[in-house]
Amino acid sequence: MWFAVLAGAAGCYALKFVGSVIPAHILEQPTVKKIVLLLPISLLSALVAVQTFATSQSLVVDARVPALAAATVALRFKTPFILVVLIAAATAAALRYFGLAV
Amino acid sequence: MNAVLTDWNIARRQIVGNAVSIGFAVAMYGVSFGALGTTTGLTIPQTMALSLLMFTGASQFTIVSTLASGGTALTAVIASWLMGTRNAAYSMRMTPILKASGAGRLVAVQLTIDESTAMGLAQDETAFEGRASRLAFWSTGLSVYLLWNLATFIGAISVSAIGDPKSFGLDAAIAAGLFALVWPQIKSRTDLSVAFGGALIALALTPIVPPGIPVLAAALVSVIVGWATSRRLS
Repeated sequence: MWFAVLAGAAGCYALKFVGSVIPAHILEQPTVKKIVLLLPISLLSALVAVQTFATSQSLVVDARVPALAAATVALRFKTPFILVVLIAAATAAALRYFGLAV
Repeated sequence: MNAVLTDWNIARRQIVGNAVSIGFAVAMYGVSFGALGTTTGLTIPQTMALSLLMFTGASQFTIVSTLASGGTALTAVIASWLMGTRNAAYSMRMTPILKASGAGRLVAVQLTIDESTAMGLAQDETAFEGRASRLAFWSTGLSVYLLWNLATFIGAISVSAIGDPKSFGLDAAIAAGLFALVWPQIKSRTDLSVAFGGALIALALTPIVPPGIPVLAAALVSVIVGWATSRRLS
């Protein structure tokens, strides 16, 4: 785990550093700019999907799905981050406690 | 001359005040990150090392949740790097404004994240000979750094006290936290299709390839769509 932590951190620092030394025109290219802007969107969405539906390598529907639905409603009402997270956790915890979902 | 000094005093107080409030808002994420780190199998020092050394929230959430879903260290590391690419664009934008050198520059590089860049760029670059932009960047960066790390620590130690994370719904909390991070970034139909495309590819690949790879494969959607849309515009 230390390998992942340190290699990840070193790479992320290097990316920040690289931006401060490379010529501006490379990152200002419309294609590069657009890709950099879109990368977090596909990665985070993929993580949300995997975190909601995957249990190791199988796809399952469990308490996480209604929890994410509750979070979606909360986000639509511009609820602060911490509340969105708490609402999702409480939904899943309650469904499991009452035996309504695994 | 006194008028300018008074103006600067007012502006300075306002900037630092904003920086501190942003720090507290971000600390909320920090607590969740600390909790997530220790529930998914990292030790408290490892979780802290991510906040102290990596210091870019989305990459931190990415590396931890990739490891949690069973991904190898290598896929988790690569995913965190991909998530950190936008910081390169930020530091390119901030470098000419900050005019920092030596050790100050190395520290500024580490503090270059969403919040500090947004605050730095929100100021008029010419105001008070650039002092407003620089103060906004530095005060936001430092306030977020301190509070983010303090919050990570609080989250990390409080979770190691509880039992089965699933009975507290922490797995659902991770999904919701990541969702709350991507939600404000989706501003157009292109963004929305990239989000759905990434999610679908990841789910389709989950049963077939080892954990971690589906998320990396989803990054291809951004590359293809980014390339295609900028081509169409030019």
